[in-house]
Amino acid sequence: MSTSIENANQDLSDNIIEVKNLTYSYPAYKEGEVAPKIFDNLNLTVKKGEFVSIMGPTGAGKTTLCLALNGIVPHVCGGKFIGDILINGMNTKEVTISEIAKVLGIVFQDPESQLFCMTIADEVAFGMENQGVPTDIMHEKVQKVLKEVGMTGRDDTNPFHLSGGQKQRVAIASILSMEPSILILDEPTSGLDPIGKKEVFSVVDRLKRERNMTILMIEQESERIAEFSDRVILLNNGHIVADGTPREIFANEEGLRECGISTPQVSEIALRYNEANGTNHRFITMDEALDVLKK
Amino acid sequence: MSIDATREPVIQAIDLEHTYDNGFQALRGIDLTIYKGDYVGLIGQNGSGKTTMIKHFNGLLRPTKGKILINGADATTLTVGKIAKQVGFVFQNPDHQIFCPSVREELEFGPKNCGMSPGEIKDAVEDALESFRITEFAGHPPAILGFGLRRKVSLAAVYSCHPTVFIMDEPTVGLDHRSARELLDIVGELNRNGDTIILITHDMRVICENTKRGIVLRNGKLILDGTTREVMSNIEVLRQTQIRPPQVIELSKELSAPDVAEFPLNVDEFINEFVKTKMVM
Repeated sequence: MSTSIENANQDLSDNIIEVKNLTYSYPAYKEGEVAPKIFDNLNLTVKKGEFVSIMGPTGAGKTTLCLALNGIVPHVCGGKFIGDILINGMNTKEVTISEIAKVLGIVFQDPESQLFCMTIADEVAFGMENQGVPTDIMHEKVQKVLKEVGMTGRDDTNPFHLSGGQKQRVAIASILSMEPSILILDEPTSGLDPIGKKEVFSVVDRLKRERNMTILMIEQESERIAEFSDRVILLNNGHIVADGTPREIFANEEGLRECGISTPQVSEIALRYNEANGTNHRFITMDEALDVLKK
Repeated sequence: MSIDATREPVIQAIDLEHTYDNGFQALRGIDLTIYKGDYVGLIGQNGSGKTTMIKHFNGLLRPTKGKILINGADATTLTVGKIAKQVGFVFQNPDHQIFCPSVREELEFGPKNCGMSPGEIKDAVEDALESFRITEFAGHPPAILGFGLRRKVSLAAVYSCHPTVFIMDEPTVGLDHRSARELLDIVGELNRNGDTIILITHDMRVICENTKRGIVLRNGKLILDGTTREVMSNIEVLRQTQIRPPQVIELSKELSAPDVAEFPLNVDEFINEFVKTKMVM
């Protein structure tokens, strides 16, 4: 166990996440039954500082992957876990969830399932309290992260009185306060109204630009993914079926259709435009589309 | 929109106001007629009054001022139970609605409480299982099914009572594209069979690609009511309420003359309008 933690500080490679030959199934629902494999020999590496979006249909294994990255799989869920996951050099099988939590934080889809304090300030401070951060530093950090997510001036507000977008931003702040190197966002805008989505993506955009973090985002909003991501991974039935830049991924209409994922409308327009004109455009944003179409 | 005398109103809101006990006025005078066979997309930010308004449509809330008519009858003269037979409501979170130990029992619950005979109940349940393609899960406890399936179960459970108006709150949230498409295809089928659909969603592509009429609420008032095309093309008013129409509409506006007021609603229409036409030229 100590070897793993020592290695964590000697990260010689660029890779901050390494999933090696991961095969996993949850415990069977009924005794005697064999649970289906969620992953079968999955391999994935993520470099420091990358912004990776993960897309895939329901049941593809996206959330299970998140839980495997932070150790809940297998430490809490049990099941059959073969292979290795290295987070900043630490093998998740060999360290505790709290060790991993120092390096990796997850924001889930439903803010209400992760907020539980009476005030925003308490919510944001909770993680740090558990890490034994001195009080004066904690206060400073609370204010710093609340500013980053645009939620200052409401320290004593009950998080449950906030809108969906505001709740998610508080959830993000509560993770940021622990200064993880890796931030995972599991469908952070699902269920939010347009304003809420805009607020959360705005924070994500800011984090990408201003912080030196590795970010993994699971999202269905292909149009937003096209804007932010360095890299897009398509997961289907526990397998990585595509891995590339947004431009590469959204040009692969058939691959996306197979996964039941919708392309950004502009990408679909690009494909149809190419069909009609024999061209080879691959625009993925509105601006790029206008550049071509205005001619 | 003035009342269309050629069509049958199913739900009418007449100068509808609602102020909650804490003094918050959620609805500030809504005049709205929903007709039989309408497929309405209801849009608005959280807090705009959408949920308050639809709770008047199924009798969960009563007006503090103004009136609601359900199939011509004043809603205040009807019990919630009576309205439930006519207007079905599907919750945003299926887990807030599902509570039976098996899918079949879930689908039986409504018909039993509507006073259907055992034969009618059996038929209604089989029809619901088939229509939503969940027959193989009839004996399963809903709790072990995936989210998309639980969503289908909640919809099927409302369908089994045979209401003629379905109100669905964010039916595609949490579903991947394929599952959402499947669900919306079933909803489209219901509408083609004559049922009235009111769909609340923040997904503008869902509105454009499925609904025929759009209604936008803001701060308790109705700010847009028209065909889906009219409403979604009104970029200026939508922007005031921080709603962005789909990319095809925004692109179309940039590519069209300033006086054009209606735009393509999907990629096919966009291609026909801006790409194929160019080729002909």
